[in-house]
Amino acid sequence: MFRILKKRELAPDIWRMDIEAPRVAHSAKPGQFVIVRASENGERIPLTIADYDEEKGSVSIVIQTIGVSTRKIVALEEGGYLPDFAGPLGRESEFVHEPIEELKKKKILFVAGGVGAAPVYPQVKWLHEHGVEADVIVGAKNAQMHIMTEEMRAVAGNLYLTTDDGSLGFHGLVTAKIKDLIDNHGKHYDEVVAIGPMIMMKFVAATTKEYNIPTIVSLNTLMVDGTGMCGACRVTVGGKTLFTCVDGPEFDGHQVDFDEAMRRQGMYRTIEQRKAHIEAERAAGHKCKIGLDK
Amino acid sequence: MAGNKIPRVPVREQDPKVRATNFDEVCYGYNNEEAMLEASRCLNCKKPRCVDNCPVSINIPGFIMKVSEGDFAGAASIIAEDSSLPSVCGRVCPQEVQCEGACVLGIKNEPVAIGKLERFVGDWNIAYGSGEVVKEAPNGKKVAIVGSGPSGLACATDLAKWGYQVKVFEALHRVGGVLEYGIPEFRLPKNGVVAREVDNVKRLGVEFETDTVVGRTVTIDSLLDEEGYDAVFLGSGAGLPKFMNIPGENLNGVVSANEFLTRTNLMKAYDESYDTPIYVGDKVVVVGGGNVAMDAVRTAKRLGAHATIVYRRSEAELPARAEEVHHAKEEGIEFEMLTNPVEILGDEKGWVTGMKCVRMRLGEPDESGRRSPVVVENSEFEIPCDVVVMALGTMPNPLIASTTPGLETNRWGCVVATEEGATTREGVFAGGDVVTGAATVILAMGAGRKAAKAIDEYIKSK
Repeated sequence: MFRILKKRELAPDIWRMDIEAPRVAHSAKPGQFVIVRASENGERIPLTIADYDEEKGSVSIVIQTIGVSTRKIVALEEGGYLPDFAGPLGRESEFVHEPIEELKKKKILFVAGGVGAAPVYPQVKWLHEHGVEADVIVGAKNAQMHIMTEEMRAVAGNLYLTTDDGSLGFHGLVTAKIKDLIDNHGKHYDEVVAIGPMIMMKFVAATTKEYNIPTIVSLNTLMVDGTGMCGACRVTVGGKTLFTCVDGPEFDGHQVDFDEAMRRQGMYRTIEQRKAHIEAERAAGHKCKIGLDK
Repeated sequence: MAGNKIPRVPVREQDPKVRATNFDEVCYGYNNEEAMLEASRCLNCKKPRCVDNCPVSINIPGFIMKVSEGDFAGAASIIAEDSSLPSVCGRVCPQEVQCEGACVLGIKNEPVAIGKLERFVGDWNIAYGSGEVVKEAPNGKKVAIVGSGPSGLACATDLAKWGYQVKVFEALHRVGGVLEYGIPEFRLPKNGVVAREVDNVKRLGVEFETDTVVGRTVTIDSLLDEEGYDAVFLGSGAGLPKFMNIPGENLNGVVSANEFLTRTNLMKAYDESYDTPIYVGDKVVVVGGGNVAMDAVRTAKRLGAHATIVYRRSEAELPARAEEVHHAKEEGIEFEMLTNPVEILGDEKGWVTGMKCVRMRLGEPDESGRRSPVVVENSEFEIPCDVVVMALGTMPNPLIASTTPGLETNRWGCVVATEEGATTREGVFAGGDVVTGAATVILAMGAGRKAAKAIDEYIKSK
């Protein structure tokens, strides 16, 4: 059992939870994720690590409620417990193993979309703590949906905010901001790390390809165990089938078959939507008399 | 009574038509009278060939004599000398090639139902056994066990009895390893059998820590150096699924048997009160011929699909237990033998619509002694289906080996270990599927016990 130390809403339907998990906090590195289960009959779902504090023995996760399982997690209260919290899983970001002096020479741009700001933060923070300042673009639908802005500002070199509706910062998509920085502001980047919705990563990779900038993406595929056992997270990278959970989650964005990855992400969508619908009906007090909920 | 005059006592089973729609156990097992009658068939041979053919050398005639006398507790304690999981092994061992395959009665008649009797004794012990724990005084030494499957449970049991402080680390959220995520409920009940056998291990004082992925959450080094364990036993199994590397394998609807079975067994997708989604469509094809393939195809049938096995050799070569093949046929599973997939076909949205196959014939025997399948020319044909389950075997997960300096693996990714379980790394022992590649519960259990002995000797000699 893993205690929920703190819970707060960051934006509509986006929550942050600090979980007491000393072993995970001790071993966590930038780029890794955890598998969480909210109840005894709940799914195992992968969530990125938003921050970790070895001294406090706590690990932070950011959850956007998009289905039955994420809603169940968010329904738990501070002081309550998650039955399962396994990790850290996946490989750490490659830069962790690069010599710091080499890293300092590099100009890295992080591009986060929506809740993608959460997994980007520990990476930028790690670099900052090692004397490497990286630029960060965070994009969201509108001003209200931006999360972790203050934390990010504290560790980023330059922080650029974008919104789809122009309610905050740059008016437009993150891809437009990348072009803007390079074309209009004379910026040069040696590497881009993009984390966010699959479709965003696809277009960021397509954009950086034009500029020939090596690009890392972090995939949020389906998973069951998260340890290499099920293969639900199969992804084609450079023509080879790899497992996101053990070979990733970070891959060369120019090699990933995003169309396949997005299609595979939807494998259980209709079943999950049905379950969510039944759940909602039940919550509203509806009892099915003709067995449609069976 | 002259043993060979009585026919083998049939075991009661759920009606095939009914059980093909539920996940309750297929076989009901013997009651007291049936068990005693079946036990009376045993000739109590002077040189029992059954014992020689048992991977852990259970005193089979010894426990069967006790059963025939109605002394079930006595039978349980005889089995306990060599096996810690009788209720499990009685259900999942391939008896026809082990103990029962060697039974003298089997030459002219049917062999003694040793597996069913072992299961009877195990289940009796779970229900009525005293649960009494006999263990030596604590010796102050700590052993970490990686993985809570059969080898880990067996190793933990012996070490705990000898006074060691034992902790088992499990990556998943339930204890039991393959017994929990792999073997289906209808063959091995989870709460009724697996959890109860685990309770017996807990009663010995063994601790379990779930949600701990060794190689990620902790490492072998951190267990030895930071947490003060005197030795580590590696029983992490062979959990990495194999795929065929044919076109179309990443279409929506192609899953590994591990995923299909984990969703159903560990994650209880068949139970509406669980959130786990599973997709079967109308027609499921399972590729493979082992126990895992049989488990997957029978699971698909129970989830409402028309279910077919596709296997590249003939029925005689099926590696699955004879009983599983028999049960599968009774339940209406179709078998496409001497057939091999060459491509998975999909629609424009990327969902499986069928499988392109070729027919095979048997050629010369290969290194395993089995006749190797050869493609029949111009034999291509299509099997329409919605889901393809790949049950082609598994390999050990490289996670531990890659994070443990000095731990050698062979070219199949298996940890290199001696017969006794010693690896190339001092203080680290291994056994079960992580050493042999995917094998049986009983072999893993035997390896766990051998390693326990080696760990005991190693720690005492330090």
